[in-house]
Amino acid sequence: MKARITITLKSGVLDPQGKAIQHTLDDLGFEGVTKLRQGKIFDIEINETDKTKAETQLTAMSEKLLANMVMENYSVEILD
Amino acid sequence: MQASVIVFPGSNCDRDVKVSLEHATSKKVNMVWHGDSDIPKSDLIVLPGGFSYGDYLRCGAISAKSNIMKAVITAANKGTPILGICNGFQILIEAGLLPGTLMRNAGLKFVCKDAYLRVENNETIFTKKYSAGAVIRIPVAHHDGNYFADDDVLDKIEDNGQVAFRYATQAGEVNDQANINGSRRNIAGIYNESKNILGMMPHPERLDQAILGGTDGAHLFNSLVNSLA
Repeated sequence: MKARITITLKSGVLDPQGKAIQHTLDDLGFEGVTKLRQGKIFDIEINETDKTKAETQLTAMSEKLLANMVMENYSVEILD
Repeated sequence: MQASVIVFPGSNCDRDVKVSLEHATSKKVNMVWHGDSDIPKSDLIVLPGGFSYGDYLRCGAISAKSNIMKAVITAANKGTPILGICNGFQILIEAGLLPGTLMRNAGLKFVCKDAYLRVENNETIFTKKYSAGAVIRIPVAHHDGNYFADDDVLDKIEDNGQVAFRYATQAGEVNDQANINGSRRNIAGIYNESKNILGMMPHPERLDQAILGGTDGAHLFNSLVNSLA
C-alpha cells in the first residue's frame, strides 16, 4: 500500500525558512504571495492491505519519528 | 567522578569533551558507541556535539532512537547526571528527556562565535562553581539552536528554575541584540525537572583551559567533579 505523510509546522511556530523562501519568490517577481509555510513529505510503501491497520501504523510512525510533536503536525493519506 | 561519552556516527566533539573531562577528573573517560546496549557504571553521561546522522530528518532525531539511548534514558530516569552539548542537547530533546525543541536559527545562518551567557541557576551539580548571575564566555557553533516551547511550558520551566543559561551581552543584559539564534526568552540551556539533566547549545569544552583562550567552561566540569567525586 502506498501512502503519503505530510509534515507541517504548527501555527504559531516561527518559520524562518518559509519566510526566506517567500522573500525570494518576491525577489523573483512573484507578487502577491501573502503567506508561505514550508514542510516535508514522506512517500511510504508498506506491506499492509488493510487500510485501517495501515493508517494505525502510519500514525504511530509519524508520532514516534517522522514528526516532532512539539512543533509539527502530520497528516496521513492512503494513496491506493 | 567516572564519566562516559556516547559516540554517535557524526559526533565530532566527542574527543574534545573527553579531553576536558579527563583534565577535570584525572580519570580515563569511557567512550561508548551508539550501537552498544550498556553503559559502564558512570557518575556522568555526556552526549557530545557534532552532526550525528548528518542532521537527517531533524537534528538529533535519528540518534535519539539509537540502541544506546535506551540505556541513557533508563540511567536518566534513575537520576544519573546527563550532559548534552549542542547536538547532544538536540538528541536529549528528541529523546523526550528535555522539554521544548530546537529549530533552525532565526537568522538562518550557521552561527560560530563566542557567546556571552548569564548563569541563571548556580545551585545545580552543573553550575555550583559559577557565582549567581555570572556572565561567562562560551563558544557556540550551530545551525539549529533556536529554542522553542509554548508559553505554558516556558512559564513552567522558568518557575521551576530549569533555565540554566541565557544569551546575554557582555554586561549581562538579556535582550534581543544578544540573542544569537532567536531562542525564546534567550534560552541557551535548560535542565529537566529534577535537574540531573542539562542540555546546552554552547560548548564549554572549547574554552576550559588557558591555552584555548579562556577557562569559563572549566567551572562546569569542575562543578560536576565537586558534586559527583
